[in-house]
Amino acid sequence: MIFQLIIKNIFRARLRSLLTVVGLIVAVVAFGLLRTVVDAWYAGSDAAAPNRLITRNAISLTFTMPTYYKDRVRAVDGVTQISTSNWFGGIYQDPKNFFPQFAVTLPAHFQLYPEYILPAEQMDAMMKDRTGCLIGRVLADQYNLKIGDTIPLKGTIYPGNWEFTVRGIYDGRDEGTVTRQFFFHWDFLNERVKVSQPRAADRAGVFVVSIKDPQSAADMSQKIDAEFRNSTAETLTETEKAFQLGFVAQSEAIVAAIRVVSFVVILIILAVVANTMAMTARERTSEYATLKALGFGPGFVASLILGESLALTLLGGLLGMALTFPVISGFKGSIGAIFPVFRVSQETLIYQFFAVLTVALLAAIVPAIRSARIKIVDGLRHVA
Amino acid sequence: MKIPFSYIARNLWTRRLTTALTAGGMALVVFVFSAVLMLDAGLKKTLVGTGSFDNVILLRQGVQTEIQSSVSRDQAALVETNPAVARNSKGEAQVSKEIVALIGAPKKGDSKPQNVVVRGLTEIGAGLRPQVKLIEGRWFAPGASEIVVGKSVNSGFENMDLGQTLRFAGRDWRVVGVFDGGSSGFDSEAWGDVEQIGQAFRRFGYSSVIARLVDRGQFDRLKADIDADIRLKLDVKVEPLFYEEQSKALSTFLSILGLALSFIFSIGAIIGAAITMYAAVANRTREIGTLRALGFRRSAILWAFLGESILLSLVGGVVGLLTASFLQLFTVSTLNFTSFSQLSFGFHLTPAIAVQTLCFAAVMGIVGGFLPSVRAARLEIVDSLRAG
Repeated sequence: MIFQLIIKNIFRARLRSLLTVVGLIVAVVAFGLLRTVVDAWYAGSDAAAPNRLITRNAISLTFTMPTYYKDRVRAVDGVTQISTSNWFGGIYQDPKNFFPQFAVTLPAHFQLYPEYILPAEQMDAMMKDRTGCLIGRVLADQYNLKIGDTIPLKGTIYPGNWEFTVRGIYDGRDEGTVTRQFFFHWDFLNERVKVSQPRAADRAGVFVVSIKDPQSAADMSQKIDAEFRNSTAETLTETEKAFQLGFVAQSEAIVAAIRVVSFVVILIILAVVANTMAMTARERTSEYATLKALGFGPGFVASLILGESLALTLLGGLLGMALTFPVISGFKGSIGAIFPVFRVSQETLIYQFFAVLTVALLAAIVPAIRSARIKIVDGLRHVA
Repeated sequence: MKIPFSYIARNLWTRRLTTALTAGGMALVVFVFSAVLMLDAGLKKTLVGTGSFDNVILLRQGVQTEIQSSVSRDQAALVETNPAVARNSKGEAQVSKEIVALIGAPKKGDSKPQNVVVRGLTEIGAGLRPQVKLIEGRWFAPGASEIVVGKSVNSGFENMDLGQTLRFAGRDWRVVGVFDGGSSGFDSEAWGDVEQIGQAFRRFGYSSVIARLVDRGQFDRLKADIDADIRLKLDVKVEPLFYEEQSKALSTFLSILGLALSFIFSIGAIIGAAITMYAAVANRTREIGTLRALGFRRSAILWAFLGESILLSLVGGVVGLLTASFLQLFTVSTLNFTSFSQLSFGFHLTPAIAVQTLCFAAVMGIVGGFLPSVRAARLEIVDSLRAG
């Protein structure tokens, strides 16, 4: 009987129930969206492989290292592959068309990143063209680029106008792989820099190093750094994950703010649902008193209110969770430029569900207790 | 005839719990809305305070930041001799040739290094920024491995206290002073002797050149001279313009994110207001009939309920704004995307923001209360008197 009563009660104030559910859907979707934004921030570190290390100048990322370091790092026992990688920072048509560009050692770099899937013939074509470039699928789709197209870039760190021909488009092995990047020959970069800025030539931005045994990452990092202690460019080697997390830490304040704000939306919807339940309970005070007069206990009255709150909230919450998916894929289309990986994670769904449950319980507590405690005489006299 | 204001206010007071919950939801939305505006205003204030209209900054052509830029010693010397550049009583050109580098330093309570700007300059360079005042210790001595640090660096990072030493670029540097940058971007920097910093980082040229103009009108002349000289492949900008560009990406990001959030959240709050007002109308159907029978017109009823909704949202607005105003006690330190370094800035409440926020709250009240008020106004006297 209690379920029938609950359902009947929900449909009594149809407009109010509808509004509450819509509010819940909006809040749950917004919450899911914010959590996904936070997750997206960590996409780079999630995609990091445990056997990859990054060696860079110890001062900061903006300082480079002499290229001969590469052979010395390669010679360290346990290193299996190495690629030089320089951040290019060029502008494609307009500064707002930002995407990461790297000058790397090919084909070594793609051996280091087996999650980049590139057909062998495209890599062959790339190796035959010094001015060629390889781009990720997301990037290719965004600017509608095909193999053979020319990409002009305006250099900022390396001045001048640069032109590259697309020789290959790589796919990601799974959804977590970042395919919004642009790679070209490090040798080509160095050749041009030798002419235009001889002092900046033969300098490496970072080295991506793969090691035989992921367990020995800490040990290997120390070994590599020991090679260059007290040299003109001391190095700092860390796992790729630590390196990527270092980036996230730089904008930690923003990530923290988004996290806080994602809970604010839950508080807002809590206020809305609590209000709905408070009003419902107040309007029905005389009914609850009647129920009590008929012999139903305070527990029954309280569970009526709690049940209504749960049913209403779960309805809105589950709809919201279901709607999160289309909304996220819609957003992915419009702001894919900022976040290379943007998808709903399992934790997000779990968080959403528990947030909804908490809202349902908290919203019902005060009205439930009040109604359970009400004296029959007062309740019957009550005017809403 | 209008329905008295006290009737509106009393209705809200009678249903205190509902009023508090609805206004509370609105207060939260308003809090987020005003916090974002305040943060953006704080960022702009910090960067406006960093530049002066009397100063120009010269960077290598095409670069956006001082970190990417390089200016050779010959080029810097040519700028010094330009007649548009001011001179002091000793006849020295008011030109600061600076080296700017990023170092990784751990924040307090964290081991991850964050990028901090290290700026090498001379006494003249410090003089070009009158807003910068030493508050502890002394300035660095020329020729010594010493640095002075900005207030935010001093309080936010490890090993940046007076007398401590930190190691970067293969040397130990002693912190000999702390300066207050007058809430400008310089608070997030460490300063040292340009020659020492240049040697340590193995930089022979400079990053940027800052010059004080004889007067502001000389800018066009200086720019024309520089553009005409093929030896000077430099871009010249007035400082405030340069710093505005530095903050553009971060500022756009913050405002878009914040406004999108406020918009989505406001849907929740508007629904809350609508629920409350629909209930108010339903509960008071008989009252409305009585008011109508007494001779109040439909429009009076409409305004009474709309007024109630606006009042409700304004209560939320004021609470949210007051809470947000306490944020001014905090500062935020985050990565400035453009300069790739940490920048700390505060929340800044301006009268314009207060007005915008309250308008935003009132709009939420109007949108949420409109349909319920229309329903109240359209009730027939007979039906409503019979109801409930």
